[in-house]
Amino acid sequence: MSSILAIVFLPLLASMFAGALAFVDCGDDKHKKHKIDTYAQWVTAGFMLVTMVLSWLTFQQVGLGGDSYTVTVLHWIQSGDLDLNWALKVDTLTAVMLVVVCTVSAMVHVYSIGYMHHDPDVPRFMSYLSLFTFCMLMLVTADNLVQMFFGWEGVGLASYLLIGFWYNKPTANAAAIKAFVVNRVGDFGFALGIFAVFVMFGTVNLDSIFAQAGGLSDATISIFSGEFHAITVICLLLFVGAMGKSAQLGLHTWLPDAMEGPTPVSALIHAATMVTAGVFMVSRMSPLFEYSDLALQVVTIVGASTAIFAATIGCTQFDIKRVIAYSTCSQLGYMFFAIGVSAYQAAIFHLMTHAFFKALLFLGAGSVIHAMSDEQDMRKMGGTWKLIPVTYALMWIGSLALAGVFPFAGFFSKDMILEAAYGAHSAVGNYAFWLGITAAFLTAFYSWRLIIMTFHGAPRADEKVMAHVHESPKVMILPLLLLAAGACGAGWVGYSWFVGDDAASFWGNSILVLDSHPALENAHHVPAWVKYLPVVVGASGIALAYVMYMFVPGLPAKVVSAIKPVHKFVFNKWYFDELYDAIFVKPAFRLGSSLWKVGDQAIIDGLGPNGVAQATQDTAEKTAVLQSGYLYHYAFAMLIGVVSMVAWYVFIAG
Amino acid sequence: MADIGLAHYLTVAAILFATGMFGIFLNRKNVIVILMSIELLLLAVNINMVAFSVELGDLVGQVFSLFILTVAAAEAAIGLAILVVFFRGRGSIAVDDINAMKG
Repeated sequence: MSSILAIVFLPLLASMFAGALAFVDCGDDKHKKHKIDTYAQWVTAGFMLVTMVLSWLTFQQVGLGGDSYTVTVLHWIQSGDLDLNWALKVDTLTAVMLVVVCTVSAMVHVYSIGYMHHDPDVPRFMSYLSLFTFCMLMLVTADNLVQMFFGWEGVGLASYLLIGFWYNKPTANAAAIKAFVVNRVGDFGFALGIFAVFVMFGTVNLDSIFAQAGGLSDATISIFSGEFHAITVICLLLFVGAMGKSAQLGLHTWLPDAMEGPTPVSALIHAATMVTAGVFMVSRMSPLFEYSDLALQVVTIVGASTAIFAATIGCTQFDIKRVIAYSTCSQLGYMFFAIGVSAYQAAIFHLMTHAFFKALLFLGAGSVIHAMSDEQDMRKMGGTWKLIPVTYALMWIGSLALAGVFPFAGFFSKDMILEAAYGAHSAVGNYAFWLGITAAFLTAFYSWRLIIMTFHGAPRADEKVMAHVHESPKVMILPLLLLAAGACGAGWVGYSWFVGDDAASFWGNSILVLDSHPALENAHHVPAWVKYLPVVVGASGIALAYVMYMFVPGLPAKVVSAIKPVHKFVFNKWYFDELYDAIFVKPAFRLGSSLWKVGDQAIIDGLGPNGVAQATQDTAEKTAVLQSGYLYHYAFAMLIGVVSMVAWYVFIAG
Repeated sequence: MADIGLAHYLTVAAILFATGMFGIFLNRKNVIVILMSIELLLLAVNINMVAFSVELGDLVGQVFSLFILTVAAAEAAIGLAILVVFFRGRGSIAVDDINAMKG
């Protein structure tokens, strides 16, 4: 039981330790700096490795042993009816997330030792990474919504700090601010959701909420004098929060920009763990979502739309990290529409497998970028597969898993999701199924487009870069190997626990699915063509990528010119950034600037401090004329004074 | 021939006083003129003192005027001494040049 305390708080200790090292002033002493960096790297990575092992043990005990528990750390808030403990709730859902977070985080920590070794701010970086891990663990072990909100904001903070890690880059700062602000929109929804929960249930404690959910399934809540179904309102608000964190359609714009951060950050935060927080949260709240069909339909539609939307953009981008970022966005869409058809187990299953292969892909891309002297544009790569064979092989494994090729991890989880969508036998389920199939085709296509453009063909980089291409050091390759093992094996190892025969005993009470939502059960009895279709479209996507980028190299340009308007629309990310710029950003700037110029400078400053100061100065300048310095002026003034006093005395007072 | 009364004395004193005043305010050239004007003011006051003293039959006014004369003499001496020192320092006693009090 106390191991959960170690899991959660070891990263915090590591973060504080590395953070303290960041303040050590090394001056020009290279040797000392190297020593400090090494301490920071190995202490944080070492702590994370310990945490990883502990998380596996916890998974074994809680997930497989069915032994869920809650550890109270301290009594946190008592104010009126609000009474919270700081408590760590460990059930199967948490245990799965612990394994995902701790494993990927440990691998990223180790990888960062190699990737960031020439960076001047290593201790700060390691400290942020560990801080992020702590916040994420806080989020997944939360016993109540307020504590979850703490972790939720904590990971947002760590994400902001890490996207803006290279604070000298203006684009990185802009991306960091964008991520923070867009997440604020989602967080606002989440916060409102928590308030609504408190209003309806009188508590924010998860267990108490779930216990009352069934009884309040018909309750209404009045907002602006309208009566609404309470649980639907709550679920939609919570889902807005999840959309922000998990970059769903509408609030996704920050995720591709977040790739400005160092690549290990992209792997850990913006692919494997933090962006799945929304999926986790909605799954955690399954006992509420189950009572709102409308909310589930919204989740399905948003998820499916995101899946196809991001996949189309992924096919057109040239920045290697952005392609993978849009792929992440798309895969998160899969998870959400799985949730929407009540296949929470499949969503979490895909979350787990996705964490492995997406972290693998990102870290592999980092390895490529490292080899290509920090080049990220795929148009300037190519012809490198013989030079970096291990990275090449690992990228293949990651892509096979992503495209859902048997027997890699993505095959099991993605097919399960698509089958569940089909098995829902509902309109939105079919919508999600067909968009999901299309997205699967595009996923396979852009994955192999990435591989072929990056590794095959004639080298398009200049000779200096090509001469320098080298395989990454062992400290970067080893974590990739472990993640590759996950990408290969997580699917068939986890299948029976997560969604197969043992699912009921595996999940225990941590996820609630009503009998009226049998999508996951139906998924096992779908027609054969549904089972084979994802594999077929995946294979044809791969084939198309080979045809277009390997065998007929002129074809992509022809296709692009044939569908020019469409391509332009997709290439420009459906003009979401421009749209938001016109609707929100520009008016916000205009409002801000008019408040600044008119409200602050003209009215407040003009009439307030500056106006008073100006008036004082003007008066002073006028009265200063009286101070001529000539004695006779003063004497005259005295005389006037005396005369008027006397006159007053004689004519008025007298 | 009319009797010379209190009013006449007071009129003379007022004229003298006004002369002294204008001497101070209108003079642009010379600090010595200011000193002289101050003497005129004092004399005007003295005339008032003596005139009232006679009119009221009280000798205190005349005694006071003697004191004022003494003080005026001392003041003139000190004033001229300051003026000499001032001239040594600044090389000018023109009133327009003396504005060290201007901030």
